[in-house]
Amino acid sequence: MGVEITKILKKSQAALLERWMKNQLADMGLREDLMSNEDLRAESEELINALVKSLNEKNLSEPGSSDFDHVIEILGGISISRARQGFSPRETGLSIISLKEALIELLQESVTDPKELVDISLKLHRLMDSFVITTFETFIKGREEVILRQTDEISEISTPVIRVWEGILALPIIGTLDSARTQVVMESLLTEIVESGSSVAILDISGVPTVDSLVAQHLLKTVSATRLMGAECIISGIRPEIAQTIVHLGIDLSEIVTKATLASALLYAFKTLRLEVRKPAVKTSF
Amino acid sequence: MKRILKMIATIISLNKDPMPVAREQDVVPFRNRVKEYAVKIKMGLVNQTKLITAASELVRNMLRYGGGGEVLIEVVSRGRDSGIRLTFKDDGPGIPDISLALKDGYSTGKSLGLGLPGTKRLVNEFDIKSEVGKGTKVTIIKWANG
Repeated sequence: MGVEITKILKKSQAALLERWMKNQLADMGLREDLMSNEDLRAESEELINALVKSLNEKNLSEPGSSDFDHVIEILGGISISRARQGFSPRETGLSIISLKEALIELLQESVTDPKELVDISLKLHRLMDSFVITTFETFIKGREEVILRQTDEISEISTPVIRVWEGILALPIIGTLDSARTQVVMESLLTEIVESGSSVAILDISGVPTVDSLVAQHLLKTVSATRLMGAECIISGIRPEIAQTIVHLGIDLSEIVTKATLASALLYAFKTLRLEVRKPAVKTSF
Repeated sequence: MKRILKMIATIISLNKDPMPVAREQDVVPFRNRVKEYAVKIKMGLVNQTKLITAASELVRNMLRYGGGGEVLIEVVSRGRDSGIRLTFKDDGPGIPDISLALKDGYSTGKSLGLGLPGTKRLVNEFDIKSEVGKGTKVTIIKWANG
């Protein structure tokens, strides 16, 4: 047994940190906008401490060893926080890769025998590469969480039921109407009908890009359910090209009241409720 | 650009773009891609909508009954006309009776039964080949001014 890597590392832990900091700053320039110098130093120091503590001669060639659990945990924390702060994957990856460089440089100075140096740096490379991959995996996971959260937000904002008038509800549908969406739309519409005691519901499909037979089927189901609740359902926002397509497809919507615009649907609803919208009579004298 | 000349009844394919469709979530990106090509060859709004609706029907069929597959999007030309050809291929159970499947209102699922017959009315050319146990291949063409 020649060189003892643990001893070298323990002895020059402070030097390693300095070197790594220098490398990190040289690689990405300090992103003052995203992270302060002090934060970066604190993060780096924590990682080096954990690494030096867990590394020994035996587990040097076993990146999967459970001794490194703490190191991997810290690495995961760093990359997730960087993903959220808006660092690019390159910046995050480079900062860990530069630790490897700092380590190799340090060994180069301490180990004189070339054969031993190659041997030990090969092992160190393997270990650090595995850490870099871990960093990337967690980085991607961090980003994916952001995407998932946004997906949830989108489906939440997409189905509002609006009370446009006493007894009249409007439901603008935006995006594709799939089975899950229909379920949400139907539920919120039926609940709102009961709560508001409305007798007319307007389904506006101006924001639905494609009406194929599945979408039509979902619309028909929603209309029948609304009728069972004792309310009338009007479908509005049928564009000319959609109308032609529906005819060619052979979908029968003749049982349903359909209107081209939300305005004409509203007018129809007013008529059903025996309401009238009128301009006030112009008074000639005050 | 690589030009692939394929002579089938003097229809020339100018551009091939295969796209795998395996999940429900792939439907919207697929429709958008078809729309991109339709806009590129200056297809009118009504024909665009018809093509996209037909594509949507077929891709849903492929997902529902064929367990997903691959769609080949092609820009084709025949003389002065240009159009879009879509080829839907799956390795599903196949359709035992095609003429029955092409009838209005017939469905083995719980749908309206308008998918295949409706699609046929929406496009200019429609061809379906199916072998039980092997899979189904549907080819449609919509001309820009058709």
